Amino acid sequence: MAHLTPTPVIEPGQDKTMILNMGPQHPSTHGVLRVILEIDGENIVRIMPDIGFLHTGIEKTCEAKFYQQVVPLTDRIDYLCPLTNNLCYALAVEKLLGLEIPPKAQWLRVLLNELTRINSHLVWLGTHALDIGAMTVFLYCFREREDILRMFEMISGQRMMTSYFRIGGVALEPPLGFFDFVRGFADRFPSRVDEYENLLTGNPIWGMRTKGVARITADDALALGATGPTLRGSGVDIDLRRDMPYTGYENFQFKVPLGQQGDVFDRYLCRVQELRESIGIVKQALDGMPEGPIKADAPKVVLPDREKMKTQMEALIYHFKIVTEGFSVPAGEVYQAVESPRGEMGYYVVSDGTAKPYRVHMRSACLANLQTLPTMCEGRLIADVVAAIGSIDIVLGEIDR
Amino acid sequence: MPLAPPITDIEQLKTHPALAHLLDWNTSAVQEIKFDRDELTIYVDRPHIREACALLRDNPDFPFNFLSDVTCVDWYPSEPRFEVVYHLLSLPKKERVRLKVRLDGSSPVVESITSVWPGANYGEREVFDLFGIRFTGHPYLRRILMPEDWEGNPLRKDYPVEGYR
Repeated sequence: MAHLTPTPVIEPGQDKTMILNMGPQHPSTHGVLRVILEIDGENIVRIMPDIGFLHTGIEKTCEAKFYQQVVPLTDRIDYLCPLTNNLCYALAVEKLLGLEIPPKAQWLRVLLNELTRINSHLVWLGTHALDIGAMTVFLYCFREREDILRMFEMISGQRMMTSYFRIGGVALEPPLGFFDFVRGFADRFPSRVDEYENLLTGNPIWGMRTKGVARITADDALALGATGPTLRGSGVDIDLRRDMPYTGYENFQFKVPLGQQGDVFDRYLCRVQELRESIGIVKQALDGMPEGPIKADAPKVVLPDREKMKTQMEALIYHFKIVTEGFSVPAGEVYQAVESPRGEMGYYVVSDGTAKPYRVHMRSACLANLQTLPTMCEGRLIADVVAAIGSIDIVLGEIDR
Repeated sequence: MPLAPPITDIEQLKTHPALAHLLDWNTSAVQEIKFDRDELTIYVDRPHIREACALLRDNPDFPFNFLSDVTCVDWYPSEPRFEVVYHLLSLPKKERVRLKVRLDGSSPVVESITSVWPGANYGEREVFDLFGIRFTGHPYLRRILMPEDWEGNPLRKDYPVEGYR
């Protein structure tokens, strides 16, 4: 929406290029991304992403809400990994408050965060393969994704907009049978990843469409601010879960998959390996799940239990106060980053001491990753743009906010 | 876990690699510092921001070689009204630092850092779009999220949440 009439510089006598508009309704642009292509035959001379079609002013809305009312808004930024956004916002506000989170809540957060990563990567893998022409993978991926959505429904009552992580802990105790269901899934999932890889990794058509396509060097990716698998596909070894651990990730063992070539295929391999690593973390979280409370001991911040409200006067008062006037947060500012399925998701929260955030800014991993598209695609064919966009794994809700 | 009060004394913090490197280069470039909740904020003088970023990026001992984020905070109605915020990350050392530039409401102009990190492009365009801050030397400073013909800058504090009716 930003630049509806691009005016590419075309030298006289060389006007053999044309402008082609891809999106915002193109199926391979995953939402409403518009890409303006200047092409010479099938070759791309210039490429310019145009965003803003999904801009809903979430950052402005946050400033008018109480701290706890922002949590459901964070779900709606990146609708494929809502829990990662919940987590990042909750961590930022907890850091502002100086809250300590009990171990069980932390481990639940890790467990669900990794399930979210698997969920997001499954949608990515399915749609990416569908873009390139492999239909079956999509159906396989959504079969497993259904299980994960069912888990989300079990814990929070919602399939997608979970709002399960709250400031100070998690919303509810997981229901009976939840951990058994997750364990069953974790046992069967690695063989399912084998199935996907069976369809794609050795497939010569998949190889031709992805190997050596949309290459980006490590230096370029770093300079452009790329993070996550887009950066690791080029061989840069950074993962915030391991390098700057949050919410107890230092207690888990996992490998960080790296690519070498920086092409679509390496980014694909990175994410598929991450699926396996994530399910490993899920198993560790299930095995070591501690007992104890799921909410921090901070009655002025955390909503009391339903039972306490029925029996204790104080709990009822706290509940009333939190709901009607929120809780004040000491003035200050915090930047909290987590490793979302797409890269560094960061929340910059500024407090002026009142019950509403003064400013909430979301550092979107996709927005920075999208900037790598021109470097990846210029000089290549139109068909490669589809593969490149898929390999960046964009979510327009997060880009436009 | 009670919160420790923020440290604002430069003497106490001058061993921090980012701050030490900036002070070695130009003491007048650092206006003020704040160390709060384990995060260091350095207020950089407006004319020096691009050079300060380049300096921190190229420091061989402690390179802050990755720009995480560019954003802005509006402190309307106090002056200087705007704070442009840069979040830098050191990938080898796993350390963050926050740079800030204060801008007056009457002339919200600051030098672009796209020549240091091309990745600042979208971030600066977003700040331009939503706060109306101009970045000199930016290659393509146009609205990015709002429509081209939009009036006003939505994230300014004097812009109503429900918009102008």
